[in-house]
Amino acid sequence: MSVQSNVEVRTEWGIVSARQAGRNLAKEIGFSSVDQARITTAISELARNIYLYAEKGEIIIEAVEEIHSTGVKHGIKITAKDKGPGIKNIRQVMEDGFTTSGGLGAGLPGVKRLMDEFDIDSVAGEGTEITTIKWNS
Amino acid sequence: MQPSIIEMIYSQRQEIIDRWKEEIQHFSDNEFSRSLPSEMYNETNVEFVHLIIDTLELEQSEAKEKLRQFVERFIHTGWPLSFFTQGMQAFRRVLLETMTSQETINSKKVFETFYEVESWIDGIINQLVDEYSGSWENTLHLQKLALKELSAPLIPVFEKISVMPLIGTIDTERAKLIMENLLEGIIEHRSQVVLIDITGVPVVDTMVAHHIIQASEAVRLVGAECILVGIRPEIAQTIVNLGIDLGKFPTRSTLRKGIETGLELTQRKIVKISSDEFR
Ligand SMILES: Nc1ncnc2c1ncn2[C@@H]1O[C@H](COP(=O)(O)OP(=O)(O)OP(=O)(O)O)[C@@H](O)[C@H]1O
Ligand SMILES: [Mg+2]
Repeated sequence: MSVQSNVEVRTEWGIVSARQAGRNLAKEIGFSSVDQARITTAISELARNIYLYAEKGEIIIEAVEEIHSTGVKHGIKITAKDKGPGIKNIRQVMEDGFTTSGGLGAGLPGVKRLMDEFDIDSVAGEGTEITTIKWNS
Repeated sequence: MQPSIIEMIYSQRQEIIDRWKEEIQHFSDNEFSRSLPSEMYNETNVEFVHLIIDTLELEQSEAKEKLRQFVERFIHTGWPLSFFTQGMQAFRRVLLETMTSQETINSKKVFETFYEVESWIDGIINQLVDEYSGSWENTLHLQKLALKELSAPLIPVFEKISVMPLIGTIDTERAKLIMENLLEGIIEHRSQVVLIDITGVPVVDTMVAHHIIQASEAVRLVGAECILVGIRPEIAQTIVNLGIDLGKFPTRSTLRKGIETGLELTQRKIVKISSDEFR
């Protein structure tokens, strides 16, 4: 299984490649078609935010697992990294409908609902790193 | 070019050509040449080398035109540019070798001769590259046009009803085309109902959803109705997860159901007629 892929995002083609890489890995891990669509859409949102707000950055896609007494849980982890302007008010950008670009403002809160784990680390003026995981149930 | 050099080339024409033919043997064994009948390949080589030598006698503009006409024929049949550039490079080698092997040239003249031959050959190579890249740019331009037409077509399927089938990724460029083609097409075909079919769109993220929402609002502003069809089950779920409310938008699961609704909206329907009505 391809362990990790890094996709550079600086054009709209980068967004498409990141989605493609995500869909392939999600398929390999055995996610259902609905979950594959969720994962691809989440990657699309994160990659497009990088392209729109930070100009460039990267999407890292990797397989993860967690060992439980009942067995091994498989999942996919998406990391979106950029050295853009950063996010000042994280609570605000997580509200449905908040946008600074005339969009729907549904991207980030949407990703949180599409995935199982979600974490934003951002410093204004330095950049943003968003990590999110989906577990295969 | 100095007449003495031209004269020299002409006086050794056959020898130069023979050595050139030997020289190009080295790279003639490639996939392209093997795909051709060998007579054709050899004939083209001969025609090419004679043409080059003949251009020496011509005015520069005439020589350029001749070369252009010659190359054009081959560009369209898919001859690789490298066939000609490698041929020219070999030609230069042969020419310089032949000339310097002559005792009559003194060392001062060798330099001048080199220089003249080099710039003559470089001129031809440059023109070859220009002709090829010009034709590539042209092709690229036509392909872009074709893609533009293909990427968001509005098809009038019935009187007053049109369909826009979308297949593939939607980027900003394409989103713009969707809007333009929709609005122009509605006026042109006098459509009252347009169906946007997204069966072939792999990912519907917030940007795509936003563009579809905007397009359908614009459609309404020009007095038509927009129905979204072909939302696959997994796409429907992700749209809901994203928190996008398509409740205000008429949607139908399939294109067929959409067309039925379109007919209803324009006070028509498809009925089955009994066989005796055929007469
Ligand atoms: N990587 C980032 N760097 C800096 N700011 C960001 C980044 N990602 C998001 N933001 C900010 O967060 C806001 C909300 O993002 P979100 O993706 O939720 O909505 P949107 O991109 O504005 O619209 P939509 O995603 O619905 O098309 C953005 O408008 C932008 O101001
Ligand atoms: Mg966004």
